[in-house]
Formats: sequence, C-alpha cells, structure tokens
Amino acid sequence: MTRPSIVVDDLTKAYGKFRALDHLNLKLEGAKCVGFLGPNGAGKTTTLKMATDMIFPTEGRVLLNGESVRGNRERALSCCGVLIESPEIYPSLSPKEALDMAADIRNVPAAERKRRIDDVLAEVKMSDWADKKVGKFSKGMKQRINLAAALVHDPEILILDEPATGLDPRGMAEVRDIIRGLKKRNRLIFMSSHILQEVTDVCDEVALINHGKLLFYDTLANVTSRFSGGQSAVDASFATPIEVGISRVGALQGVERVEALDSTRLRIHFSGGPGVQKRILKDLVALDLDLVSFRESGNPLEEIYLEQVTKGD
Amino acid sequence: MGRPLGRVLKLARSQFKEYLRSRRFALTIGTVAVIGLIETAVLAYYRPTSIISNPVTFYSGGWGGPIDYLILFAAVIFGADAIAGEFQNKTGYFLMSLPLRRSAIYAGKYLAAMTASITMIALYLVFLVLNGVYYFGTSAFPWQLGASFALSLVYLLAVLGSAFLFSSLFKTSTYAVLVVAVLFLIGFSILQAWVTDLVRIEPWFLISYASGVLADIFQTPYPPHTQTVVVHGSITSVTLTVTAYTPTVIEGLAIMAGYFLVTTALGLLLFEREEFA
Repeated sequence: MTRPSIVVDDLTKAYGKFRALDHLNLKLEGAKCVGFLGPNGAGKTTTLKMATDMIFPTEGRVLLNGESVRGNRERALSCCGVLIESPEIYPSLSPKEALDMAADIRNVPAAERKRRIDDVLAEVKMSDWADKKVGKFSKGMKQRINLAAALVHDPEILILDEPATGLDPRGMAEVRDIIRGLKKRNRLIFMSSHILQEVTDVCDEVALINHGKLLFYDTLANVTSRFSGGQSAVDASFATPIEVGISRVGALQGVERVEALDSTRLRIHFSGGPGVQKRILKDLVALDLDLVSFRESGNPLEEIYLEQVTKGD
Repeated sequence: MGRPLGRVLKLARSQFKEYLRSRRFALTIGTVAVIGLIETAVLAYYRPTSIISNPVTFYSGGWGGPIDYLILFAAVIFGADAIAGEFQNKTGYFLMSLPLRRSAIYAGKYLAAMTASITMIALYLVFLVLNGVYYFGTSAFPWQLGASFALSLVYLLAVLGSAFLFSSLFKTSTYAVLVVAVLFLIGFSILQAWVTDLVRIEPWFLISYASGVLADIFQTPYPPHTQTVVVHGSITSVTLTVTAYTPTVIEGLAIMAGYFLVTTALGLLLFEREEFA
C-alpha cells in the first residue's frame, strides 16, 4: 500500500487584485492528521475547495495520491473522503439512501455496501435514524451524515473543513474519536478547524496560514518548542492560601518565574520539557503546600496562534 | 474506476428518486391528473362532435394542442432549477465531494429531469388514450399520435436543454425558474409574432416555431411551408399581404436538435466553469 499524500504545489487564488491564497506549498504524506489553522478569511476553505475541485486555482495545482485534481477530478477524488461547507443532503432521502448513493458512485461493491453503510452510521452514532428523512434532521445530525458519507468508502485521504461545525460537545468528542481511529488505520487527514483544543488533541502536525500565506507547517511538538522559546507554564492550585509559599516554589530547580493568579493558584513558568515538569510536580508535592491540582497552563498552540496571527496583521 | 456512463446512470437514478419523493413532483402529477379527469368529464358530459367525430381530430385536439404547454411546464418544474438549486440549497457540495466529472453530474441531472418530465407526459397520454379507447375502440390509433409523441420527446430534449442552460447561468433557483418560465411561456411567442408579422421572415431560429410540428403533424395534408394571404380591409381600404410560415417536420426536428445541442454545450460549458465558492 502506498503512503497517502496531498501535495499543494504553488497554489494561488486571485480575485482581481486580491489574492485569497498566495503561492501556498504543502506536502503532506503518510498516516497522520494535519490541522489547518488560520483566522477567518485566511484562505483555509479556499485551499480545501481547490483541493477538491470546487473552485479553480489561478496558479498551481493540488495532487491527491499523485493525481491532479484539475486534471482528473474523478480519479483524484476516488481515494478521498471530503466534507466541505456542511453540505445539504437531498431532503427526501434517508441517511441509508444518501450513503448508498455515495457508496454506489464510489464503486463500493454491492455485497459490501450494506455492511459499510451500517458501520459508518454506527461510527457517527446515527444508526437509529438510518431510515428517517434527512430533511427533518438538525444541522448537527446532517453533519454526522456528511461525515459518514466521507467515510463510507474507507478513503485513504480525508479532507475535512471544520468537521465539528454544528455538533454539540458530545458530537465534537465523537468526531475526535473517529479521527483518532482513522489515524490508526493508516489514513491521512487534512482538517481545518477553529477549535485549537481539537487540533491539539488529534493532530500530529499543524499548518498555519494568514492572508493566504503559509506562516508555518511542522509537527505540533516542534511548533510548541520553537515558538514558546523553550518556556512552558503549569497552573498549580492549593487547598489553602499560598502567599507564604510562593518564594519556596520560585526556588525550585528549573522554575523561571512564579505568578500568583489568586490566593490559592500559581502559574509556574519553567524551562525544559516534560522531564522538568515532572520533577517540579514531585518537588511541589514534597513541599507539602496542600497541592490539589497541577496542569498545563492554557493551550500553548492558542498562544502561538494568537501571536503569529497578530504579528501578520 | 467505474465506467463514466455507469456513474451518470447511478446519479440519474438517485436524482429521479429525489424527484419522485418531492412535493413538486406530487403537485405536478396531481395537476396533470386533474387536467385529465376534467377533460374526461367534459368529453363525457358534452360529447362534442367536433372532437369525437374521428380519432385524428380527437388526438389532434387532445395531444397536438396541449402537449407543447405540458412540455414547457415540465421543463420549468424539473429543469429550471436543476443546476441553480444545487448552488442555492448547498446540495451541490455533497455532489461535488463525489468522484464525478462535472459533465457526469450535468448529464445525470439532465437524465433525471427528462425521466420525470416523461413520467408526467406519459400520465397525460394515459388519460387521453383511455378516453380514445372508450370512444373509438382499441384499434383506432392514428399514426400521427405516435409521430407527434416522438416529436414531443425531441422537443422535450430541446426545451430541457435550454432550461438547463439558464439553470447553469444562475445560482438562485427563483431567477432561473422565472427566466425559463417567462422566456418559454411568453418571450418566444412575442418574438415569433414580431419576427413573422413585422420583420416578415421565417422564424427558423425560434424553438416555439419548431414546436408547431407537434400539432401540424395531425393535419392531412400537411400544411404548406408558406402561405401568403392578401387581406382587403373593408373599412380602411388597406390591402395587406400576410405570409404564414409552417415548419416542415424535418425543419422542426433540425431546429429542436440544434437547440438541444447548442444549449447543452453552452450549459455544460458554464457548469464546468462555475465555482462552488
């Protein structure tokens, strides 16, 4: 089995003088989930739509498993599951019928089709609604069916534009589980999202664009260490006021700075990786300051995102 | 990778299923059924000798006259928003996520609209034939009915082709439906009258002119291609020379085929270039 790949080659989309996307280059290969980040209007959906031939590039091209999307959309998209713009499904069809149509067009053998449809409906937790008309579904339910349609042929590549749109928190968690499951099955997932926690949870790599230009593309770990200057922070909560203990915490090995968030909470800035973090936790417990919780401070990706996007504005 | 035709048929099948279950289809079929029932009742009650005197007159009045309007109605209902609706209702994003060529999507939707239109027309024909069998028996089917039916299918191809062209031009169903309805139900008739009466040339480039063959085929002998009549005004003392044009069957077929080919090519070209932005 070849490694699934998406190649975005010098992709540009211009509307008159305005460049929605400006010579974007990305090469995604292998089983992983790549988060595609950027503020509204950055060019994320434009990129994904050009990757699926919904809109056409002014310059450049997109290759899915080596096949040009503009050159042969039929062949290029056959290995790909797509969910863009929360599409509407024909309202008089049931999920089973809509998925049967998608599976039939995608040449899923008739003998396998029923099982695949049942499997994906179960995966998106819509089995109980399999025979009801889609027209009566909520936005979240339709989004689940759209996700099922993208998965019905067990594609090697998944292109998802904000897949959690319209879903409740439980639905979002289920989408994350589905994506994790796909990664284990050697699938390449290219996913745009505004939910940075979601990206942190499921993505191995992130690409950030703003004003149509790529700001960075790297593994999540590399991005975090590169942009945080090697510094990390944890929030520690205590059962009793900590004022007198602040200096003792500040003196611990590896701690750079201590910030009091309130009388019982501290933000501890430190240099080093998980090893240092582990030692600080151990030392904090040893100080016997009634420590009740110890967790990473905020989402490092969020801070990096805000910093990079603001810098570009 | 399946054969392209196979994918077109798969899409057409599911689109037709969607039509079958839609409210508009039920409404259209209901309307045709009501028209058929009213015709049946009127014939049974009044028994007009001008119509039920012989099968040719009966089928000429029952089919040759109204079929033109039924086809235009079908094109407006099933063709006018076929492409525009994909943009407006966002169902196009679902179709575009599938590994289908745009031409396959266009062809699949066209086939589905054609099948839905034929279903509607066939229902009307069933009412007409049942009445015909009642008045003339099972052996009195004039050849002209078969010929007119075949011509109607070609006309439907052409009108649906035009409806799809306008549907590809707009991203809003209402505009597409309005333009197709106005153009076919009023626009072409006005244009034809203007071209014939004022410009005084044969309107060989108008689809409404070609549609005349659907009714003309019932006439024996077939009307001459041109007829010039001199009219003397009794009060104004003005003499007018009026030329009436009748398309030959070949000419009618050629115009319809031309419309089908040109509008389908243009519609497909537009759809191929249209972006789902």
